[in-house]
Amino acid sequence: MNVSLETRELLTALMAEYAMAIDEDRLEDWVELFAEDCDYRVVTRENVEQGLPNVLMWCDNKDMLRDRVDSYRNVNEYNLHYDRHILGPLRFISEKDGAWTFDVSYSLFQTTLEGESRLFSVGRYRIEARLEGSAARLKTVAVIADTGLVPSLLATPI
Amino acid sequence: MKPDIAWQRNDYSRVPFWLHHDEGIYALEMERIFRGPAWSYLCLEAEIPNACDFRTTWVGDTPVIVSRAKDGVIHAFVNRCSHRGAMIVRELRGNAERLVCLYHRWCYSNAGELTGLPFRKGIKGEGGMPEEFDMKAVSPQRLKVANYHGMLFGTFSDRAETIEAYLGEFGTGMVRRFLSRPIRILGYSRQRIAGNWKLYAENLRDTYHASLLHEFFVTYGVDRATQKGGVKMDARHRHNMNHAYAASDTDEDAKAAYADTAARLDRMQLRDKKLLHYKNEFPDGMNLATPTFFPNALLIQINNTIGTRQIRPKGPGAHEVFQTLFGYADDDEAMTRHRLISANLVGPAGFVSMEDGEAIEVIQKATRSSPEGCEVIEMGGRGEVRDLAHRVTETPIRGFWSYWAELMGVEPAGGIR
Ligand code: FES
Ligand SMILES: [Fe+2]
Repeated sequence: MNVSLETRELLTALMAEYAMAIDEDRLEDWVELFAEDCDYRVVTRENVEQGLPNVLMWCDNKDMLRDRVDSYRNVNEYNLHYDRHILGPLRFISEKDGAWTFDVSYSLFQTTLEGESRLFSVGRYRIEARLEGSAARLKTVAVIADTGLVPSLLATPI
Repeated sequence: MKPDIAWQRNDYSRVPFWLHHDEGIYALEMERIFRGPAWSYLCLEAEIPNACDFRTTWVGDTPVIVSRAKDGVIHAFVNRCSHRGAMIVRELRGNAERLVCLYHRWCYSNAGELTGLPFRKGIKGEGGMPEEFDMKAVSPQRLKVANYHGMLFGTFSDRAETIEAYLGEFGTGMVRRFLSRPIRILGYSRQRIAGNWKLYAENLRDTYHASLLHEFFVTYGVDRATQKGGVKMDARHRHNMNHAYAASDTDEDAKAAYADTAARLDRMQLRDKKLLHYKNEFPDGMNLATPTFFPNALLIQINNTIGTRQIRPKGPGAHEVFQTLFGYADDDEAMTRHRLISANLVGPAGFVSMEDGEAIEVIQKATRSSPEGCEVIEMGGRGEVRDLAHRVTETPIRGFWSYWAELMGVEPAGGIR
Protein backbone atom coordinates (compact mmCIF):
# COMPACT_ATOMS: atom_id res chain seq x y z
CA MET A 1 0.00 0.00 0.00
CA ASN A 2 0.96 3.61 -0.47
CA VAL A 3 2.71 4.89 2.62
CA SER A 4 4.58 8.19 2.75
CA LEU A 5 8.27 8.06 3.46
CA GLU A 6 7.74 10.16 6.55
CA THR A 7 5.16 7.77 8.03
CA ARG A 8 7.33 4.80 7.19
CA GLU A 9 10.30 6.38 8.94
CA LEU A 10 8.30 7.41 11.97
CA LEU A 11 6.85 3.94 12.52
CA THR A 12 10.15 2.21 11.80
CA ALA A 13 11.80 4.41 14.42
CA LEU A 14 8.99 3.59 16.85
CA MET A 15 9.66 -0.12 16.44
CA ALA A 16 13.42 0.34 16.72
CA GLU A 17 12.92 2.15 20.02
CA TYR A 18 10.44 -0.53 21.13
CA ALA A 19 13.08 -3.23 20.66
CA MET A 20 15.99 -1.23 22.07
CA ALA A 21 14.06 -0.13 25.16
CA ILE A 22 13.53 -3.78 26.09
CA ASP A 23 17.04 -4.84 25.09
CA GLU A 24 18.61 -2.04 27.14
CA ASP A 25 16.40 -2.85 30.11
CA ARG A 26 14.54 0.46 29.90
CA LEU A 27 11.15 -1.14 30.48
CA GLU A 28 9.71 2.09 31.84
CA ASP A 29 10.56 3.79 28.54
CA TRP A 30 9.05 0.85 26.70
CA VAL A 31 5.75 1.39 28.55
CA GLU A 32 5.80 5.06 27.53
CA LEU A 33 5.61 4.09 23.87
CA PHE A 34 2.03 2.91 24.46
CA ALA A 35 -1.20 4.93 24.48
CA GLU A 36 -3.24 4.94 27.72
CA ASP A 37 -5.96 2.80 26.14
CA CYS A 38 -3.50 0.31 24.72
CA ASP A 39 -3.73 -3.44 24.46
CA TYR A 40 -0.64 -5.65 24.71
CA ARG A 41 -0.87 -9.38 24.48
CA VAL A 42 1.33 -12.35 23.87
CA VAL A 43 -0.39 -15.27 22.18
CA THR A 44 0.92 -18.32 20.39
CA ARG A 45 0.40 -19.40 16.83
CA GLU A 46 -0.81 -22.78 18.10
CA ASN A 47 -3.77 -21.14 19.84
CA VAL A 48 -4.48 -18.63 17.08
CA GLU A 49 -4.63 -21.38 14.48
CA GLN A 50 -7.11 -23.33 16.60
CA GLY A 51 -9.21 -20.21 17.17
CA LEU A 52 -8.52 -20.32 20.91
CA PRO A 53 -8.32 -17.08 22.90
CA ASN A 54 -5.70 -18.11 25.46
CA VAL A 55 -3.01 -15.56 26.29
CA LEU A 56 0.42 -15.90 27.84
CA MET A 57 0.26 -12.26 28.88
CA TRP A 58 -2.47 -9.70 28.48
CA CYS A 59 -2.50 -6.06 29.53
CA ASP A 60 -5.63 -4.31 28.29
CA ASN A 61 -4.54 -0.83 29.34
CA LYS A 62 -1.36 1.05 30.17
CA ASP A 63 -1.80 0.66 33.94
CA MET A 64 -1.57 -3.09 33.57
CA LEU A 65 1.67 -2.65 31.66
CA ARG A 66 3.00 -0.45 34.44
CA ASP A 67 1.97 -3.10 36.97
CA ARG A 68 3.88 -5.76 35.01
CA VAL A 69 7.02 -3.67 34.96
CA ASP A 70 6.69 -2.78 38.65
CA SER A 71 6.32 -6.41 39.51
CA TYR A 72 9.45 -7.35 37.51
CA ARG A 73 11.42 -4.62 39.18
CA ASN A 74 10.35 -5.39 42.74
CA VAL A 75 8.75 -8.77 43.14
CA ASN A 76 9.33 -11.46 40.51
CA GLU A 77 12.36 -13.68 40.20
CA TYR A 78 13.37 -14.83 36.74
CA ASN A 79 16.32 -15.99 34.70
CA LEU A 80 19.04 -13.34 34.65
CA HIS A 81 19.64 -12.51 31.02
CA TYR A 82 20.08 -9.94 28.29
CA ASP A 83 17.50 -9.63 25.54
CA ARG A 84 18.21 -8.90 21.90
CA HIS A 85 15.44 -8.30 19.39
CA ILE A 86 16.07 -8.48 15.66
CA LEU A 87 13.18 -6.99 13.68
CA GLY A 88 12.20 -7.46 10.07
CA PRO A 89 10.80 -4.73 7.81
CA LEU A 90 7.31 -3.32 8.37
CA ARG A 91 4.55 -4.70 6.20
CA PHE A 92 1.73 -2.19 6.07
CA ILE A 93 -1.80 -3.50 6.09
CA SER A 94 -4.21 -0.59 6.47
CA GLU A 95 -4.79 2.92 7.72
CA LYS A 96 -7.85 4.40 9.35
CA ASP A 97 -8.09 7.89 10.87
CA GLY A 98 -4.37 8.16 11.44
CA ALA A 99 -4.08 4.63 12.93
CA TRP A 100 -1.77 2.34 11.00
CA THR A 101 -1.89 -1.42 11.12
CA PHE A 102 1.24 -3.32 10.19
CA ASP A 103 3.10 -6.60 10.78
CA VAL A 104 6.72 -7.00 11.80
CA SER A 105 8.60 -10.29 12.17
CA TYR A 106 10.88 -10.61 15.15
CA SER A 107 13.43 -12.92 16.61
CA LEU A 108 14.42 -12.57 20.20
CA PHE A 109 17.66 -13.96 21.56
CA GLN A 110 18.50 -14.29 25.22
CA THR A 111 22.03 -14.28 26.55
CA THR A 112 23.00 -15.46 30.01
CA LEU A 113 25.32 -13.51 32.29
CA GLU A 114 28.02 -16.00 31.28
CA GLY A 115 27.57 -15.00 27.67
CA GLU A 116 25.71 -18.01 26.28
CA SER A 117 23.08 -17.02 23.71
CA ARG A 118 20.02 -18.90 22.56
CA LEU A 119 17.04 -18.22 20.36
CA PHE A 120 14.27 -17.48 22.83
CA SER A 121 11.31 -16.65 20.65
CA VAL A 122 10.46 -16.05 17.01
CA GLY A 123 7.22 -14.74 15.63
CA ARG A 124 5.34 -11.72 14.40
CA TYR A 125 3.91 -8.52 15.83
CA ARG A 126 0.53 -7.28 14.66
CA ILE A 127 0.74 -3.60 15.54
CA GLU A 128 -1.73 -0.79 15.51
CA ALA A 129 -0.06 2.60 15.99
CA ARG A 130 -1.53 6.09 16.00
CA LEU A 131 0.18 9.11 14.54
CA GLU A 132 -0.36 12.31 16.47
CA GLY A 133 1.47 15.03 14.58
CA SER A 134 5.07 13.93 14.48
CA ALA A 135 4.70 11.47 17.37
CA ALA A 136 3.65 7.83 17.13
CA ARG A 137 2.02 5.78 19.89
CA LEU A 138 1.25 2.11 20.16
CA LYS A 139 -2.42 1.31 20.43
CA THR A 140 -2.30 -2.47 20.02
CA VAL A 141 0.60 -4.88 20.13
CA ALA A 142 -0.25 -8.52 19.58
CA VAL A 143 2.80 -10.72 19.80
CA ILE A 144 1.98 -13.87 17.88
CA ALA A 145 4.78 -16.22 18.86
CA ASP A 146 5.65 -19.17 16.66
CA THR A 147 7.66 -20.34 19.64
CA GLY A 148 4.82 -21.79 21.66
CA LEU A 149 7.19 -23.88 23.73
CA VAL A 150 8.56 -21.19 26.00
CA PRO A 151 12.17 -21.94 26.96
CA SER A 152 12.40 -21.80 30.78
CA LEU A 153 9.95 -18.96 31.38
CA LEU A 154 8.68 -15.70 29.95
CA ALA A 155 9.32 -12.63 32.09
CA THR A 156 10.66 -9.59 30.26
CA PRO A 157 8.30 -8.65 27.43
CA ILE A 158 8.68 -9.59 23.79
CA MET B 1 17.73 -54.15 37.03
CA LYS B 2 17.58 -52.79 40.55
CA PRO B 3 19.41 -49.51 40.99
CA ASP B 4 21.42 -49.19 44.11
CA ILE B 5 20.05 -46.22 46.02
CA ALA B 6 21.68 -45.61 49.37
CA TRP B 7 18.70 -43.98 51.10
CA GLN B 8 20.03 -42.27 54.20
CA ARG B 9 16.63 -42.33 55.85
CA ASN B 10 13.53 -44.43 55.48
CA ASP B 11 11.19 -41.40 55.61
CA TYR B 12 12.60 -39.80 52.44
CA SER B 13 13.76 -36.71 54.31
CA ARG B 14 17.03 -37.12 52.38
CA VAL B 15 16.84 -37.63 48.62
CA PRO B 16 20.02 -38.11 46.56
CA PHE B 17 20.59 -35.48 43.88
CA TRP B 18 21.77 -38.03 41.35
CA LEU B 19 18.20 -39.33 40.95
CA HIS B 20 17.56 -36.16 38.93
CA HIS B 21 20.46 -36.78 36.55
CA ASP B 22 20.79 -40.48 35.92
CA GLU B 23 19.90 -41.99 32.52
CA GLY B 24 19.31 -45.43 34.03
CA ILE B 25 16.87 -44.08 36.60
CA TYR B 26 15.06 -42.18 33.87
CA ALA B 27 14.73 -45.28 31.69
CA LEU B 28 13.43 -47.26 34.65
CA GLU B 29 10.88 -44.54 35.49
CA MET B 30 9.52 -44.73 31.96
CA GLU B 31 9.15 -48.48 32.33
CA ARG B 32 7.92 -48.88 35.90
CA ILE B 33 5.94 -45.69 36.40
CA PHE B 34 4.77 -44.32 33.05
CA ARG B 35 4.41 -47.73 31.39
CA GLY B 36 3.67 -49.32 34.77
CA PRO B 37 0.57 -49.37 36.99
CA ALA B 38 0.17 -45.60 37.41
CA TRP B 39 -2.65 -43.74 35.67
CA SER B 40 -1.35 -40.86 33.56
CA TYR B 41 -3.47 -37.89 32.57
CA LEU B 42 -4.04 -37.87 28.79
CA CYS B 43 -6.27 -34.91 27.95
CA LEU B 44 -9.81 -33.68 28.52
CA GLU B 45 -12.84 -35.32 26.96
CA ALA B 46 -13.96 -31.87 25.80
CA GLU B 47 -10.95 -31.81 23.47
CA ILE B 48 -12.31 -34.69 21.39
CA PRO B 49 -16.06 -34.03 21.50
CA ASN B 50 -17.02 -35.50 18.10
CA ALA B 51 -16.81 -38.90 16.49
CA CYS B 52 -13.43 -39.39 14.77
CA ASP B 53 -11.76 -36.53 16.69
CA PHE B 54 -8.23 -37.25 17.78
CA ARG B 55 -5.43 -35.54 19.70
CA THR B 56 -1.83 -36.43 20.32
CA THR B 57 -0.36 -36.47 23.80
CA TRP B 58 2.48 -38.04 25.78
CA VAL B 59 2.62 -40.62 28.53
CA GLY B 60 6.07 -40.24 29.96
CA ASP B 61 8.09 -40.01 26.78
CA THR B 62 5.82 -42.32 24.78
CA PRO B 63 3.80 -40.54 22.06
CA VAL B 64 0.12 -41.42 22.33
CA ILE B 65 -2.99 -40.83 20.23
CA VAL B 66 -6.29 -40.29 22.02
CA SER B 67 -9.24 -40.71 19.70
CA ARG B 68 -12.97 -41.10 19.65
CA ALA B 69 -14.31 -43.83 17.41
CA LYS B 70 -17.52 -43.57 15.39
CA ASP B 71 -19.47 -45.24 18.16
CA GLY B 72 -18.28 -42.58 20.64
CA VAL B 73 -15.91 -44.86 22.53
CA ILE B 74 -12.60 -43.24 23.48
CA HIS B 75 -9.37 -45.10 22.70
CA ALA B 76 -5.71 -44.43 23.39
CA PHE B 77 -2.81 -46.14 21.68
CA VAL B 78 0.85 -45.62 21.01
CA ASN B 79 1.55 -43.20 18.17
CA ARG B 80 4.08 -45.44 16.49
CA CYS B 81 3.51 -47.27 13.24
CA SER B 82 3.46 -51.06 13.44
CA HIS B 83 5.50 -51.29 10.27
CA ARG B 84 8.81 -49.57 10.84
CA GLY B 85 8.02 -47.28 13.73
CA ALA B 86 7.14 -43.90 12.20
CA MET B 87 4.91 -41.52 14.14
CA ILE B 88 1.45 -42.23 12.72
CA VAL B 89 -0.11 -38.84 13.51
CA ARG B 90 2.12 -35.78 13.26
CA GLU B 91 -0.57 -33.11 13.74
CA LEU B 92 -1.60 -31.95 17.21
CA ARG B 93 -5.21 -32.76 16.54
CA GLY B 94 -7.74 -33.49 13.86
CA ASN B 95 -10.74 -35.45 12.71
CA ALA B 96 -10.38 -38.44 10.44
CA GLU B 97 -12.06 -41.77 9.84
CA ARG B 98 -8.74 -43.51 9.40
CA LEU B 99 -5.24 -42.60 10.47
CA VAL B 100 -2.63 -43.20 7.80
CA CYS B 101 1.11 -43.46 8.32
CA LEU B 102 2.98 -41.25 5.86
CA TYR B 103 5.77 -43.68 5.10
CA HIS B 104 4.15 -46.71 3.43
CA ARG B 105 0.54 -45.69 4.10
CA TRP B 106 -0.41 -48.34 6.61
CA CYS B 107 -3.91 -47.62 7.84
CA TYR B 108 -5.34 -47.55 11.35
CA SER B 109 -8.87 -47.29 12.69
CA ASN B 110 -9.86 -44.79 15.39
CA ALA B 111 -9.61 -47.67 17.80
CA GLY B 112 -5.93 -48.09 16.95
CA GLU B 113 -6.22 -51.29 14.95
CA LEU B 114 -4.12 -51.84 11.89
CA THR B 115 -6.80 -52.27 9.20
CA GLY B 116 -4.98 -52.25 5.93
CA LEU B 117 -1.72 -51.82 4.10
CA PRO B 118 -0.88 -51.18 0.46
CA PHE B 119 0.29 -54.03 -1.79
CA ARG B 120 -0.51 -56.58 0.84
CA LYS B 121 -1.07 -59.16 -1.85
CA GLY B 122 1.72 -57.78 -4.03
CA ILE B 123 1.32 -56.71 -7.64
CA LYS B 124 0.38 -59.29 -10.23
CA GLY B 125 1.27 -62.03 -7.83
CA GLU B 126 4.68 -60.67 -7.06
CA GLY B 127 5.88 -59.24 -3.76
CA GLY B 128 3.40 -58.58 -0.93
CA MET B 129 3.20 -59.74 2.63
CA PRO B 130 3.33 -63.40 3.65
CA GLU B 131 -0.05 -65.11 3.55
CA GLU B 132 -0.12 -65.65 7.28
CA PHE B 133 0.65 -62.02 8.19
CA ASP B 134 -1.69 -61.10 11.06
CA MET B 135 -2.54 -57.41 11.18
CA LYS B 136 -4.21 -57.66 14.58
CA ALA B 137 -1.14 -59.17 16.17
CA VAL B 138 1.02 -56.17 15.32
CA SER B 139 -1.46 -53.34 16.05
CA PRO B 140 0.02 -50.53 18.17
CA GLN B 141 0.02 -51.05 21.88
CA ARG B 142 -3.19 -49.85 23.50
CA LEU B 143 -3.69 -48.09 26.78
CA LYS B 144 -6.53 -48.77 29.11
CA VAL B 145 -8.56 -45.53 29.23
CA ALA B 146 -10.57 -44.18 32.14
CA ASN B 147 -12.88 -41.23 31.63
CA TYR B 148 -13.46 -39.77 35.06
CA HIS B 149 -16.01 -36.98 34.72
CA GLY B 150 -14.37 -35.72 31.54
CA MET B 151 -10.75 -36.06 32.62
CA LEU B 152 -9.10 -38.83 30.60
CA PHE B 153 -6.47 -41.06 32.13
CA GLY B 154 -4.55 -43.92 30.59
CA THR B 155 -2.38 -46.79 31.76
CA PHE B 156 -0.34 -49.46 29.97
CA SER B 157 -0.70 -51.91 32.82
CA ASP B 158 -3.30 -54.60 33.47
CA ARG B 159 -2.37 -54.42 37.13
CA ALA B 160 -3.58 -50.83 37.61
CA GLU B 161 -6.27 -50.16 40.19
CA THR B 162 -9.61 -48.74 39.10
CA ILE B 163 -9.38 -45.01 38.49
CA GLU B 164 -11.64 -44.36 41.48
CA ALA B 165 -9.36 -46.33 43.77
CA TYR B 166 -6.29 -44.73 42.25
CA LEU B 167 -7.47 -41.14 42.71
CA GLY B 168 -9.01 -41.95 46.07
CA GLU B 169 -11.78 -40.04 47.73
CA PHE B 170 -9.87 -36.82 47.69
CA GLY B 171 -8.81 -37.06 44.04
CA THR B 172 -12.19 -38.08 42.71
CA GLY B 173 -13.81 -35.29 44.70
CA MET B 174 -11.43 -32.77 43.22
CA VAL B 175 -11.95 -33.86 39.61
CA ARG B 176 -15.70 -33.61 40.15
CA ARG B 177 -15.27 -30.17 41.71
CA PHE B 178 -13.40 -28.80 38.69
CA LEU B 179 -15.48 -30.60 36.07
CA SER B 180 -18.92 -30.33 37.61
CA ARG B 181 -20.23 -28.38 34.62
CA PRO B 182 -19.59 -28.64 30.86
CA ILE B 183 -16.35 -26.85 30.03
CA ARG B 184 -15.02 -24.79 27.16
CA ILE B 185 -11.33 -25.00 26.25
CA LEU B 186 -9.65 -21.58 26.22
CA GLY B 187 -6.28 -22.74 24.98
CA TYR B 188 -2.83 -24.02 25.69
CA SER B 189 0.57 -22.94 26.87
CA ARG B 190 3.83 -24.82 26.93
CA GLN B 191 7.03 -24.36 28.80
CA ARG B 192 10.23 -26.35 28.52
CA ILE B 193 12.13 -26.43 31.77
CA ALA B 194 15.75 -27.63 31.80
CA GLY B 195 15.30 -29.80 34.86
CA ASN B 196 14.25 -33.31 35.80
CA TRP B 197 10.49 -33.94 35.79
CA LYS B 198 10.56 -34.94 39.46
CA LEU B 199 11.72 -31.45 40.41
CA TYR B 200 8.44 -30.19 39.01
CA ALA B 201 6.54 -32.94 40.85
CA GLU B 202 8.30 -31.85 44.04
CA ASN B 203 7.54 -28.19 43.38
CA LEU B 204 3.84 -29.01 43.22
CA ARG B 205 4.03 -30.70 46.61
CA ASP B 206 6.04 -27.94 48.24
CA THR B 207 3.63 -25.48 49.76
CA TYR B 208 6.47 -23.97 51.74
CA HIS B 209 7.85 -22.19 48.67
CA ALA B 210 4.61 -20.72 47.42
CA SER B 211 4.52 -17.49 49.38
CA LEU B 212 8.33 -17.14 49.54
CA LEU B 213 9.50 -17.74 45.98
CA HIS B 214 6.34 -16.27 44.49
CA GLU B 215 6.60 -13.00 46.32
CA PHE B 216 3.78 -11.61 44.23
CA PHE B 217 1.35 -13.71 46.29
CA VAL B 218 2.26 -11.94 49.48
CA THR B 219 3.16 -8.50 48.18
CA TYR B 220 -0.21 -8.05 46.55
CA GLY B 221 -2.14 -10.06 49.11
CA VAL B 222 -3.29 -12.89 46.78
CA ASP B 223 -2.26 -15.61 49.15
CA ARG B 224 -0.30 -15.73 52.38
CA ALA B 225 0.72 -18.77 54.36
CA THR B 226 -1.30 -17.32 57.25
CA GLN B 227 -4.56 -17.80 55.35
CA LYS B 228 -6.70 -20.74 56.27
CA GLY B 229 -5.65 -23.69 54.16
CA GLY B 230 -3.41 -26.70 54.17
CA VAL B 231 -2.27 -29.81 52.40
CA LYS B 232 -4.38 -32.87 51.72
CA MET B 233 -3.22 -36.19 50.38
CA ASP B 234 -4.76 -39.48 49.33
CA ALA B 235 -4.33 -42.48 51.62
CA ARG B 236 -1.16 -43.57 49.76
CA HIS B 237 0.29 -40.01 49.83
CA ARG B 238 1.01 -40.04 46.11
CA HIS B 239 -1.43 -37.24 45.20
CA ASN B 240 -1.73 -34.00 47.07
CA MET B 241 -3.35 -30.63 47.15
CA ASN B 242 -2.34 -27.24 48.37
CA HIS B 243 -5.38 -25.10 49.06
CA ALA B 244 -6.38 -21.83 50.68
CA TYR B 245 -9.51 -19.93 51.50
CA ALA B 246 -9.87 -16.37 50.27
CA ALA B 247 -9.59 -13.60 52.90
CA SER B 248 -9.30 -15.90 55.91
CA ASP B 249 -6.39 -14.24 57.77
CA THR B 250 -5.69 -10.77 59.15
CA ASP B 251 -2.93 -8.34 58.23
CA GLU B 252 -1.59 -8.61 61.79
CA ASP B 253 -1.20 -12.41 61.55
CA ALA B 254 0.68 -11.99 58.31
CA LYS B 255 2.97 -9.23 59.55
CA ALA B 256 4.07 -11.30 62.51
CA ALA B 257 4.65 -14.43 60.42
CA TYR B 258 6.66 -12.77 57.66
CA ALA B 259 8.74 -10.57 60.00
CA ASP B 260 11.91 -12.56 59.31
CA THR B 261 11.56 -12.68 55.54
CA ALA B 262 12.22 -10.04 52.93
CA ALA B 263 8.58 -10.13 51.89
CA ARG B 264 6.80 -6.82 51.40
CA LEU B 265 3.35 -7.21 52.84
CA ASP B 266 0.76 -5.37 50.84
CA ARG B 267 3.13 -2.50 50.51
CA MET B 268 2.56 -2.41 46.82
CA GLN B 269 -0.73 -1.76 45.14
CA LEU B 270 -1.76 -2.74 41.67
CA ARG B 271 -2.90 0.18 39.58
CA ASP B 272 -5.39 -2.09 37.88
CA LYS B 273 -6.94 -4.29 40.53
CA LYS B 274 -9.08 -6.37 38.19
CA LEU B 275 -6.12 -8.75 37.83
CA LEU B 276 -6.83 -10.05 41.33
CA HIS B 277 -10.58 -9.86 41.27
CA TYR B 278 -12.13 -13.15 42.36
CA LYS B 279 -15.69 -14.18 41.64
CA ASN B 280 -16.48 -17.09 43.89
CA GLU B 281 -17.80 -19.94 41.78
CA PHE B 282 -17.30 -22.99 44.00
CA PRO B 283 -19.44 -23.95 46.97
CA ASP B 284 -16.34 -24.63 49.11
CA GLY B 285 -15.11 -21.02 48.84
CA MET B 286 -11.53 -21.93 47.92
CA ASN B 287 -9.76 -19.44 45.65
CA LEU B 288 -6.60 -21.46 45.32
CA ALA B 289 -6.51 -25.18 44.77
CA THR B 290 -3.94 -27.30 43.02
CA PRO B 291 -4.82 -31.00 43.26
CA THR B 292 -1.86 -32.91 41.86
CA PHE B 293 -2.05 -36.49 40.64
CA PHE B 294 0.90 -38.85 40.49
CA PRO B 295 2.71 -39.00 38.17
CA ASN B 296 1.98 -36.33 35.59
CA ALA B 297 -1.06 -34.17 36.28
CA LEU B 298 -2.59 -31.37 38.15
CA LEU B 299 -5.76 -29.39 38.15
CA ILE B 300 -5.20 -25.76 38.89
CA GLN B 301 -7.37 -22.99 40.19
CA ILE B 302 -5.93 -19.60 40.96
CA ASN B 303 -8.85 -17.26 41.43
CA ASN B 304 -10.94 -17.69 38.27
CA THR B 305 -8.22 -19.19 36.14
CA ILE B 306 -8.87 -22.89 35.83
CA GLY B 307 -7.11 -25.62 33.96
CA THR B 308 -4.96 -28.69 33.89
CA ARG B 309 -1.26 -29.21 33.55
CA GLN B 310 0.51 -32.25 32.21
CA ILE B 311 4.15 -32.99 32.87
CA ARG B 312 5.97 -34.43 29.86
CA PRO B 313 9.41 -35.77 30.73
CA LYS B 314 12.00 -35.14 28.00
CA GLY B 315 15.04 -37.06 29.17
CA PRO B 316 16.57 -36.78 32.66
CA GLY B 317 17.47 -33.11 32.21
CA ALA B 318 14.27 -31.58 30.85
CA HIS B 319 10.50 -31.63 30.86
CA GLU B 320 7.65 -29.80 29.23
CA VAL B 321 4.78 -28.36 31.25
CA PHE B 322 1.70 -28.42 29.04
CA GLN B 323 -1.11 -26.28 30.39
CA THR B 324 -4.72 -26.33 29.21
CA LEU B 325 -6.96 -23.52 30.41
CA PHE B 326 -10.70 -23.80 30.34
CA GLY B 327 -13.84 -22.00 31.38
CA TYR B 328 -17.38 -23.28 31.63
CA ALA B 329 -19.74 -23.61 28.70
CA ASP B 330 -22.18 -21.13 30.23
CA ASP B 331 -19.57 -18.38 30.74
CA ASP B 332 -20.60 -15.14 29.09
CA GLU B 333 -18.11 -12.98 27.21
CA ALA B 334 -17.28 -10.92 30.29
CA MET B 335 -16.47 -14.04 32.31
CA THR B 336 -14.22 -15.42 29.57
CA ARG B 337 -12.41 -12.10 29.46
CA HIS B 338 -12.06 -12.12 33.24
CA ARG B 339 -10.59 -15.64 33.18
CA LEU B 340 -8.09 -14.61 30.52
CA ILE B 341 -7.07 -11.49 32.41
CA SER B 342 -6.45 -13.54 35.54
CA ALA B 343 -4.49 -16.00 33.37
CA ASN B 344 -1.72 -13.41 33.74
CA LEU B 345 -1.13 -15.09 37.10
CA VAL B 346 -0.35 -18.58 35.78
CA GLY B 347 1.61 -20.30 33.03
CA PRO B 348 5.09 -19.59 31.65
CA ALA B 349 4.67 -15.84 32.16
CA GLY B 350 2.50 -16.05 35.27
CA PHE B 351 3.02 -13.54 38.06
CA VAL B 352 2.85 -16.39 40.57
CA SER B 353 4.36 -19.18 38.52
CA MET B 354 7.22 -17.90 36.37
CA GLU B 355 9.67 -18.42 39.23
CA ASP B 356 9.17 -22.19 39.33
CA GLY B 357 10.96 -22.67 36.01
CA GLU B 358 13.95 -20.73 37.27
CA ALA B 359 14.08 -22.48 40.67
CA ILE B 360 14.05 -25.90 38.99
CA GLU B 361 16.71 -24.98 36.45
CA VAL B 362 19.11 -23.70 39.07
CA ILE B 363 18.69 -26.92 41.08
CA GLN B 364 19.45 -29.00 37.99
CA LYS B 365 22.52 -26.87 37.26
CA ALA B 366 23.94 -26.91 40.74
CA THR B 367 23.33 -30.55 41.67
CA ARG B 368 24.89 -32.20 38.63
CA SER B 369 28.32 -31.95 40.22
CA SER B 370 27.22 -33.49 43.51
CA PRO B 371 26.41 -37.17 43.09
CA GLU B 372 26.83 -37.74 46.82
CA GLY B 373 24.68 -34.76 47.87
CA CYS B 374 21.07 -34.89 49.07
CA GLU B 375 17.99 -32.74 49.25
CA VAL B 376 17.01 -31.97 52.84
CA ILE B 377 13.25 -32.37 53.18
CA GLU B 378 12.24 -31.72 56.77
CA MET B 379 9.97 -28.68 56.72
CA GLY B 380 6.74 -29.82 58.34
CA GLY B 381 8.46 -32.63 60.22
CA ARG B 382 10.01 -36.06 59.73
CA GLY B 383 8.66 -39.59 59.98
CA GLU B 384 5.04 -40.27 59.18
CA VAL B 385 3.44 -38.46 56.23
CA ARG B 386 0.03 -36.97 56.96
CA ASP B 387 -2.40 -34.18 56.05
CA LEU B 388 -1.85 -30.81 57.66
CA ALA B 389 -4.07 -27.84 58.36
CA HIS B 390 -1.25 -25.44 57.59
CA ARG B 391 1.04 -24.82 54.67
CA VAL B 392 4.43 -24.45 56.27
CA THR B 393 5.36 -27.83 54.96
CA GLU B 394 6.98 -29.86 52.24
CA THR B 395 5.81 -33.19 53.69
CA PRO B 396 3.89 -34.21 50.52
CA ILE B 397 7.26 -34.38 48.72
CA ARG B 398 8.16 -37.28 51.01
CA GLY B 399 4.84 -38.89 50.10
CA PHE B 400 5.74 -38.56 46.43
CA TRP B 401 9.10 -40.23 46.92
CA SER B 402 7.62 -43.07 48.93
CA TYR B 403 5.27 -44.01 46.10
CA TRP B 404 7.99 -43.42 43.51
CA ALA B 405 10.24 -45.84 45.42
CA GLU B 406 7.44 -48.39 45.68
CA LEU B 407 6.76 -48.42 41.92
CA MET B 408 10.47 -48.38 41.12
CA GLY B 409 11.04 -51.31 43.47
CA VAL B 410 13.67 -49.41 45.44
CA GLU B 411 12.11 -48.83 48.87
CA PRO B 412 14.57 -48.73 51.76
CA ALA B 413 14.19 -51.26 54.57
CA GLY B 414 11.23 -50.10 56.67
CA GLY B 415 10.44 -47.36 54.16
CA ILE B 416 7.41 -45.36 55.19
CA ARG B 417 4.37 -45.18 52.94
S1 FES C 1 6.58 -47.00 8.83
FE1 FES C 1 4.49 -46.62 8.79
S2 FES C 1 3.88 -47.52 6.97
FE2 FES C 1 6.00 -47.98 7.00
FE1 LIG D 1 5.53 -22.55 42.55
